[in-house]
Amino acid sequence: MLKAMIGVVSLGVSLLASTAIVQAKTVITVLHEETNPATVGLWTHIAANYEKAHPDVVVQFQYLENEAYKAKLPTMLQSSDRPDIIWSWAGGVMHAQIDAGYLRPLGAAALAVLPKMVPADAAAYDVDGKYYGLPILTDDVCFFYNKQLFAKAGVDASQIKTWDDLLAAVKKIKAAGITPIAVGAGEKWPMHFYWAYLAMREGGGDIIAQAQAGKNGAFAGPAFVAAGERLQELAKLQPFQAGYVGTLALQADGMFGDGKAAMELMGNWLLGTQAGNAADGKGLALSDIGVFGFPTIPNTPGRASDELGGVNGWLVTKSAPPAADDFLAFFYQPKYQQEAAASGIYIPALAGTSSAISNPLVQQIAGWLDKASTLQIFFDQALGPSVGRVVNDASVAVAAGQMTPKAAAQSVQQAWDDEQQ
Amino acid sequence: MASIVQGMRRDNGALLTVLLFVPPAVLLFTIFVILPLGQAAWFSLFKWNGLGWPHDFIGLQNYGRLLQSSNFRTAFCNNLLIIVFSIAIQLPLGLGMALLLARRAWGSVAFRLIFFLPYVLADVAAGLIFRFIFDGNYGPISSLIQAMGGQPLFMLADPNLAFTAIIIVVVWKYFGFHMMLYIAGLQGIDRQLYEAAEIDGANARQRFVSITLPQLAPMLKLSVFFSVIGALQLFDMIIPLTGGGPFEKTNTMVTFMYSFGITRMRVGYGSAVGVILFLVCVIFALFYQRILMRDE
Repeated sequence: MLKAMIGVVSLGVSLLASTAIVQAKTVITVLHEETNPATVGLWTHIAANYEKAHPDVVVQFQYLENEAYKAKLPTMLQSSDRPDIIWSWAGGVMHAQIDAGYLRPLGAAALAVLPKMVPADAAAYDVDGKYYGLPILTDDVCFFYNKQLFAKAGVDASQIKTWDDLLAAVKKIKAAGITPIAVGAGEKWPMHFYWAYLAMREGGGDIIAQAQAGKNGAFAGPAFVAAGERLQELAKLQPFQAGYVGTLALQADGMFGDGKAAMELMGNWLLGTQAGNAADGKGLALSDIGVFGFPTIPNTPGRASDELGGVNGWLVTKSAPPAADDFLAFFYQPKYQQEAAASGIYIPALAGTSSAISNPLVQQIAGWLDKASTLQIFFDQALGPSVGRVVNDASVAVAAGQMTPKAAAQSVQQAWDDEQQ
Repeated sequence: MASIVQGMRRDNGALLTVLLFVPPAVLLFTIFVILPLGQAAWFSLFKWNGLGWPHDFIGLQNYGRLLQSSNFRTAFCNNLLIIVFSIAIQLPLGLGMALLLARRAWGSVAFRLIFFLPYVLADVAAGLIFRFIFDGNYGPISSLIQAMGGQPLFMLADPNLAFTAIIIVVVWKYFGFHMMLYIAGLQGIDRQLYEAAEIDGANARQRFVSITLPQLAPMLKLSVFFSVIGALQLFDMIIPLTGGGPFEKTNTMVTFMYSFGITRMRVGYGSAVGVILFLVCVIFALFYQRILMRDE
């Protein structure tokens, strides 16, 4: 009897001990879609340091490819083993996630970081005064050009100020036997950059806010129709690489890196992807790449300082342990974000880090962002997936002449109306 | 008395077997087939983004919208076209190869293996390989055309050619499977039938029409069935090849469901596609079994 009791007690003790061990390790899973090895390297480095300082916490980074990430996340959020921290583009998807109750407001530890953010970046994560996440980095969409090819075609990038200047440059480059522009229209969103920027020029930097409020004909209004017409003006010059409607985004980046196209309208991550996807794995040297902002259109409300870009960040899901907030606070330490800035892998959303940027191109882009009168989030992200993907479809269809600018604008309006019903 | 006890034991044994083996099967079938089906049908009546629980009931609007969508009609027609081409090209090709390779001739085993290999490959892998083959910049097809003095050919980016490219890959990948079915069927035909026919003076064509085809009929029906169901469910080859593009010209119902339902977070709408696809499959399967496979 005594033996049996001792046995039971010792079993109980060992069970307790083992649960104690299980409890001791809090696991924070972070799901992302970042492909740049330098960025992921930095993040894992931060996580390792955090684990060192907090032996009771394990931080696991999990990766899903961009499209897979977007497709799988809704299901993952509904499961009980949802990730604790997720990657976000803010905008419509984030709002849908909040409305469905899958995110939780940030805890005190993470909120303490908020005042140190660049205000415009933090604003993207402000949901009626509440914050469910924090921005990490800002992207800006602009034209990247190959200096050698521009020189060969006799085009001076600094003289491209207006849309007509761009069209003239395209003609000149094409006449020199060079593909003027690489675009990965097979994935559609790269083409939406043109339509979006043109709409922002034609209707003003706040065109999305106007349309959402139903002003000026909303998405079917004259600014969006004109954007389609301008895009067709450009497309008529056949500026894109052959077979562009089937080219993937990273393939197009590789083409630019291989020097097979003179320009690409892309986010600043192109500096990484043009190298990684080039045939030689190196791509163009930084000194061979130049940047210029999206041109303006005279007599329209859009300004050169109205920028299209993205504010990516981390969101915290509803079942995330408090340690997740603590980890975020650790993550946003200036030293790490300065490291990111210094190595030029991204433009951190943490204020005061842009001075650490050493890459002159990134510096130039960060300068535009600092002075931006508007930072409009990518239309396809701002409007959420159901409307955003229609924008992408319409942009490619208009550029390829498969749809009239008017029908394209109406298709977006239709999708918007469906969404609002 | 002893025999009665034995009989009861046997009955008990059968009952035990039923009790042991049927409930798990019914349970699994219910959880993984019936419930999701019912759920999809239920979701299809809502406007729902897949997050939370659906509450915006819209009746049959998703179905109405689907029938109005030209992209869905294209996808539906593409499914029909794939069926037609599968039956018109893939099956005769498979049969021809089977006739050539069914005999134990030199090299026939090697060829069987070679023709069967594509079937073993995952659809996604086949799609990725052919994405390279059809590529206009460095793919072999385009290079060949350029070597002959032509312009580079971007098959997958050409709205008129992209679907042809998909058909080529489908035929390439699946004819070997059907060939194997036919070889198995051919080897089951009694040799004596041919010998008797030869003695009666039947020529090769007559032997084929009067012996081979009728004897192979069960296999042919089965292979048509597989082709049709396979064509209706085609998805993972198209995504890496064209993603349904250019201009949504190469979608099937399943890729349509993926890109217009899942990736756009319109789960209710996507569910309606799923329900229609399911109904098409069920109606086809029922009719086919009732009418053509009645005897088997």
